[in-house]
Amino acid sequence: MPLLYALRDNLGLHGPRFGCGLGQCGACTVHIEGNAARSCVTPLSAVGKKKVVTLEGLGSPQKLVALQEAFITEQAAQCGFCIGGMIMEAAAFLAHNKSPSEAQIKQALAHNLCRCGTHLRIVRAVKRAAAAA
Amino acid sequence: MLSGKPNRREFLEATGILIVSFSLPCFGSAADAQSATLPKTVALDEVDAFLAIASSGLVTLYSGKVELGTGVGTALTQIVADELDVPPSRIEVVEGDTATTPAQGKTWGSLTIQVGGVQIRQAAATARQALLQEAGKRLGAAAGDLVVEKGVVRARGDGKQISYGELIGGKNFALKIDQQAPLKDPANYKIVGQPIPRFDIPPKVTGQFTYIQDFKLPGMLHGRVVRPPAIGASLQSVEEKSVNDVAGLVKVIHQGNFLGVVAESEWGAIRAAQKLKASWSNWEGLPEQSHLWEYVRATKINKDDVTSNVGNAEQALEQAAKRVSATYNFAIHSHGSMGPSCAVAEFKDGKLTCWSASQATHDLRLQLAAMLSMKDSDVRVIYVDGSGCYGRNGHEDAAADAVLLARAVGRPVRVQWMREDEHGWDPKGPPTLMDLQAGLDGSGHVVAWYSQLYVPEGAGGNVKLVAAELAGLPFEKGMSPGNIINNSAIPYTFPNVRTVAHRLAETPLRPSWIRAPGRMQNTFCNEAFVDEVAVAAGADPLEFRLHYLNDSRGTDLLKRLARFAQWQGRTSQKASSGEVSTGRGTSYVKYELARTYVGAVADVEINRKSGEIRVKHVAIVQDCGQVINPDGVRNQIEGNVIQTVSRTLKEEVTFDRSHVTSLDWVTYPILTFPEVPDVDIDLMERPTEKPWGVGEPSSAVVPSAIANAVFDAVGVRLRSVPFTPAKLRAALQSAST
Repeated sequence: MPLLYALRDNLGLHGPRFGCGLGQCGACTVHIEGNAARSCVTPLSAVGKKKVVTLEGLGSPQKLVALQEAFITEQAAQCGFCIGGMIMEAAAFLAHNKSPSEAQIKQALAHNLCRCGTHLRIVRAVKRAAAAA
Repeated sequence: MLSGKPNRREFLEATGILIVSFSLPCFGSAADAQSATLPKTVALDEVDAFLAIASSGLVTLYSGKVELGTGVGTALTQIVADELDVPPSRIEVVEGDTATTPAQGKTWGSLTIQVGGVQIRQAAATARQALLQEAGKRLGAAAGDLVVEKGVVRARGDGKQISYGELIGGKNFALKIDQQAPLKDPANYKIVGQPIPRFDIPPKVTGQFTYIQDFKLPGMLHGRVVRPPAIGASLQSVEEKSVNDVAGLVKVIHQGNFLGVVAESEWGAIRAAQKLKASWSNWEGLPEQSHLWEYVRATKINKDDVTSNVGNAEQALEQAAKRVSATYNFAIHSHGSMGPSCAVAEFKDGKLTCWSASQATHDLRLQLAAMLSMKDSDVRVIYVDGSGCYGRNGHEDAAADAVLLARAVGRPVRVQWMREDEHGWDPKGPPTLMDLQAGLDGSGHVVAWYSQLYVPEGAGGNVKLVAAELAGLPFEKGMSPGNIINNSAIPYTFPNVRTVAHRLAETPLRPSWIRAPGRMQNTFCNEAFVDEVAVAAGADPLEFRLHYLNDSRGTDLLKRLARFAQWQGRTSQKASSGEVSTGRGTSYVKYELARTYVGAVADVEINRKSGEIRVKHVAIVQDCGQVINPDGVRNQIEGNVIQTVSRTLKEEVTFDRSHVTSLDWVTYPILTFPEVPDVDIDLMERPTEKPWGVGEPSSAVVPSAIANAVFDAVGVRLRSVPFTPAKLRAALQSAST
């Protein structure tokens, strides 16, 4: 069973979302040992004792992390179905690249899909979070 | 920022006193019990259908229009907040529950603010009028001496005050909506027109938001559908024992050609659907995709809709000194929702409740009742937000699937479509073909315009439910592609114009409306051809449009676009010969020739060798009248531009003779981050005008602006969406030979 179903169905988490089940869209992105991973194609058996963090583990409504605050400030969502994956992908990216260029941010998110067309706001939010850090 | 919302206790109080609404299970059975004993009015002419005020002062707005991710939940709140003078944070919105919200029509057509919001505004104005009358009596003051602030009415003279909660809390308004109830003067708006942050974004960025995909009921089972491998195939046999070893399998359900599985766990349902062996008949009823346009042209025409007819276009064409003609087409497209459709259904005591992200819960309720030959009154559909749908995607079909599976197992069932179900079975934006001709006189004036559009017949209505058809249950027979002949007529004042829509008896895949249905495709054809005619007339394309417009808001907009985008007048393309060329093109729409105006200028960069088109920048000027939330409008415009650049450059549903073959994001690619253009927006706010729709109109101008920019860059016309590198290379090659 992929990790995604354990997180959603056994643990009741909403952060990782089912978008394609094929590792193509990024809606299910979580961190495994700090790296962004597609939980829909990660077998649970491969996770073992590795540390998994979902969107809920990043920050809470009471204690938002800079990225979440930046997404709110930039109003970087429409339907928001992809947004959790975007934030998780961006968080892993920013952990390694503290002051990225716009082109680097776009490249880092190149495999996360958004259908509403919120891309420009997402990029602005990631830039804002990087600047705030 | 205004992100504070009523807490749960207040919300229960509000809903518990007057009526009960939201039936997410987290609010418990007390609410459910009350809803059974306190039927709430949903009549469109009653204030109580739309608004309730609790003794705490908390306002509940009941909206038949729903939040599809476009921000209307916040915008509708702003309308009510301003009209009632209540802080937005003291307003809760209940959307799309058929038992508690009025049937305001589908959430489509960029009409939620323009129509739904205006209804809600009038209900709020009526409520305010009644509240002030009552306050005047209680405070012993004349209505003109009362002021309202934060839901508290105060007499100017002696300063006595009384809150809305004290005035109405615990009671119904019992009032018809008064169309004469005075609306607030727009000059006094404090909340309308402000970029108030959306209420749904904080929970969406923290994982607290409940989408339909997250919705659970006690005892709920998980279902998956197994669709025919060929669209029209018949189910011949099912080997139930092929899934005997799936842990937690509850049942294999087959009825006619409807096949599904139900299991205790979601993964169990997925495994069972993957492993289930079934044999199906062969079916090859689809046309050859490589001959799609010949097929469309050869399809039986059931009727002609003449969408405009001025003078005698055919005769004027014959007599014209110069003629231009071209054929344009726009491929079959999918909605492409990021989250595959999902729904939950439960039968209890002979009644059906279905939780769905449908954009039309009130209509879905009737469809589900018809499918099962149940009484309408025994079916309730409750809206829960879903992934963006951009029209009629698979949400309603997933609902019908869940209903059939829940009925078969006698327990609540959640059906989650897989990616291939959504890409394969969501209804599609139908193929669009248009032939255009124009005639010019000896001095370059346009004397005739004649277009013939080939699109399936049908209009809005309800799209047939896949499950109903497969299972042999009652379903709608006709096609419902949306009002796709809109914007086939043109905004320009040529002396002879005839625009005809040939309505076809059939189309390859089940059609429905995708964002800006018809308006996007038809505006592509018309506005790209206008560019061709402008070139034939030796005119700058923007000046050309201005010359033939007789509409002051339209000309205001185009002049502003010229300044905003720093448009340099030109009379022919500057086509260079290097490997990389740049160009810019413009486009214009008056949406449905009746409302929101949009103008665009697109900048493209072309690689002649690879045929790749990069849209670098799009400038948009929009006049949608009164703006409720300018940041919400900008968000929609950015989204429309990016989604439509994606449609224009990349998207095309592919199929063989049996079924759709573009079943994932590799075979149906959409625009990615490195490919998105920058978007600059100039909003022409007109606070004293009517608020017009913004959800779709800016989609309409994008494909033609790109096509015209490509011509500017390399001198070839792309007349077939999507503009793939192969098509551009072929066009460049044929132009050079």
